[in-house]
Amino acid sequence: MGIDRDTLLRLTDLTVDFSSQEGVVHAVDRVSFSVAPGELVGLVGESGCGKSVTAWSILGLIRMTTNATVGGKIEFEGRDLLALPEKEVREVRGRDISMIFQDPVTSLNPVLTIERLVTEGLETHLGISRDEAVARSIELLRQVGIPQAEQRIKDYPHQFSGGMRQRVMIAIALSCNPKLLLADEPTTALDVTIQAQILRLMKQLSAEYDAAVIVITHDLGVVAGMCRRILVMYAGRIVESGPAKPLFAHPHHPYTMGLLKSVPRLDEPRGVTLESIEGLPPDLAHLPPGCAFAPRCYLVTDECWQAVPELQPTDEGRRSACFHADQLVAAAARVGT
Amino acid sequence: MNASVPAAAAAAAASETLVSIEGLKVHFPITSGVVFQRKVGAVYAVDGIDLSILEGETLGLVGESGCGKSTTGRAILQLIRPTAGRVLYEGGDLAHLRGAKLRRQRKRMQMIFQDPYASLNGRMTVGDIVGEPLLVHKVVTRRQRGARVRELLKTVGINPNTLNRYPHEFSGGQRQRIGIARALAIEPNFIVCDEPISALDVSIRAQIINLLQQLQREFGLTYLFIAHDLSVVRHISDRVAVMYLGRIVELAANADLYGQPLHPYTQALLSAVPIPDPTAEEQRRAVVLTGDVPSPVDPPAGCHFHPRCPAMRYGLCDVQTPELREVRPGHWAACHLITDDDYPFIRAGEGDLAEAQSAAALGAVTGPSATAADGAAADGGEPA
Repeated sequence: MGIDRDTLLRLTDLTVDFSSQEGVVHAVDRVSFSVAPGELVGLVGESGCGKSVTAWSILGLIRMTTNATVGGKIEFEGRDLLALPEKEVREVRGRDISMIFQDPVTSLNPVLTIERLVTEGLETHLGISRDEAVARSIELLRQVGIPQAEQRIKDYPHQFSGGMRQRVMIAIALSCNPKLLLADEPTTALDVTIQAQILRLMKQLSAEYDAAVIVITHDLGVVAGMCRRILVMYAGRIVESGPAKPLFAHPHHPYTMGLLKSVPRLDEPRGVTLESIEGLPPDLAHLPPGCAFAPRCYLVTDECWQAVPELQPTDEGRRSACFHADQLVAAAARVGT
Repeated sequence: MNASVPAAAAAAAASETLVSIEGLKVHFPITSGVVFQRKVGAVYAVDGIDLSILEGETLGLVGESGCGKSTTGRAILQLIRPTAGRVLYEGGDLAHLRGAKLRRQRKRMQMIFQDPYASLNGRMTVGDIVGEPLLVHKVVTRRQRGARVRELLKTVGINPNTLNRYPHEFSGGQRQRIGIARALAIEPNFIVCDEPISALDVSIRAQIINLLQQLQREFGLTYLFIAHDLSVVRHISDRVAVMYLGRIVELAANADLYGQPLHPYTQALLSAVPIPDPTAEEQRRAVVLTGDVPSPVDPPAGCHFHPRCPAMRYGLCDVQTPELREVRPGHWAACHLITDDDYPFIRAGEGDLAEAQSAAALGAVTGPSATAADGAAADGGEPA
């Protein structure tokens, strides 16, 4: 498939459409990116931008929904997951690719003990005996910072707090030594002091296990401290991508720029008013013909209403899907990086 | 639990106190049995707080989930009746008012709720939703109502021609605007904003914050702004109170609290807030607190924060409850270790150390097991 050693995952023109009563919803539109082994990537966007659908597609969960049409390629270690039969995808899912879900309260089966929840994947994928699986589970729980793991493993999810449940979920996700971990809003349901614990833990474990992580979030702060590379999505498309530091310092897309400016920051002087992005995110069933961000954009020109801008290189390792990216690049150059 | 509390000495002495809370407690009983219900315990949601809100200011109330900040907001408006304490509004105690008398006072105060999906009745049109308070409080006649509703919708940035539509036809941000219009309808002077932006999309949040600030300037409103997002609270508040497990641990003017937080919990909380800038994130190190917030069913003795506090002193913090006192002019804190010229400065290293000893430390620091209340936040379990 022409995939090299440095690429673990490569998405090429991933497109996901859902048919609904209101017409076809273009949830994901020609999304392409790749992830290197052990890399920490942040996928940022607001609700409905297609970031979670992208993750579910990688995990092969979207093919289970009847009203979805999936196009493009998802190559994992050179094999196109979309072309594989379900049986083979099932071997990859949970073993090589695993997922941490947003809500630790609803994503753990309440009638199973923690022991059963953690050992299930181990027994299914690694084919090890029950005793070995239990021993390994206790070790995993200890690794994610659950005290008295030998005793706690007999408990049910409701006996754990939110932060501890998220730790259990991380233990389950790591149990089979995955090569890729998808973390869908892993800390959104948690308090800020617990969020700091979990983010640190994920970063640590990703290094220890040499697992690549895609952190999916709406919170720019969460990915800033954790990810090296950022992908920004808007209305089903990637609008900007690049290494975290220059991207946060000088965004090359007006949407990224607007997002960064609209959040107050603790380390900056207090402003009087926030620079908000006016208007609303578009309805994915009725997208405007041109750039989906055009109605809310301060750089908008006639061109933006006519055609959809492609994701183009702007700078070293950086891409932007904006006709006026050069203006932002020039402005950044004047300020100096 | 002194009556002459925080605001009295606050820097903005020129402002009058609008709402004054004295020794407010809200305890929810936990009962057992079906017919003969016995009280077997209580959730100490709000456990004795004193607070003054000055006219025209925005007082930010921050804390993690379960710390009692929303309950405090609701208890002030008497949506939840306090177990003990007084809520003085312009000098009169609301906690003892009933019926028509309470309703007359309520006209002066309103609430903006967190969830714009749950807080608007889906079977009512927008016009009816915004107009309902006008009818309840008999502010205008039925005939004048339509005009007033249109005016209100225009104020919050909603097209007045949409007043015959239903809430489901609007986006989250627009619904929150409708909720704000409803709160403004009877021209209150005090509004409790309970996490008004946390359910909204990132790009919409700034719009709503700007709207709230604009309305405050326009109508001279006083806000109690309840939120867990410390960056937003810093942006909008004049003074900030930090709550932990039912008590206020620190209260100060915005610049003082964020510039020099004195309480160890505030310091840890601020250091944990992620900053959307990789370069800034690299340079600073968060104090990572070990353990979770203990259950308010059985809060730790002494200072509620002592099991997680890196500066905790045995024999003092785990025994005596610290009073909220004015440790610097206008800067109030509840911590034994703060003196006139010193305070416990929490460095990032100390939190790390505690985390390194993870299993043992976590077992010791987290509160008692939650067998008393299924599903309540608890872990730790019995000591081995």
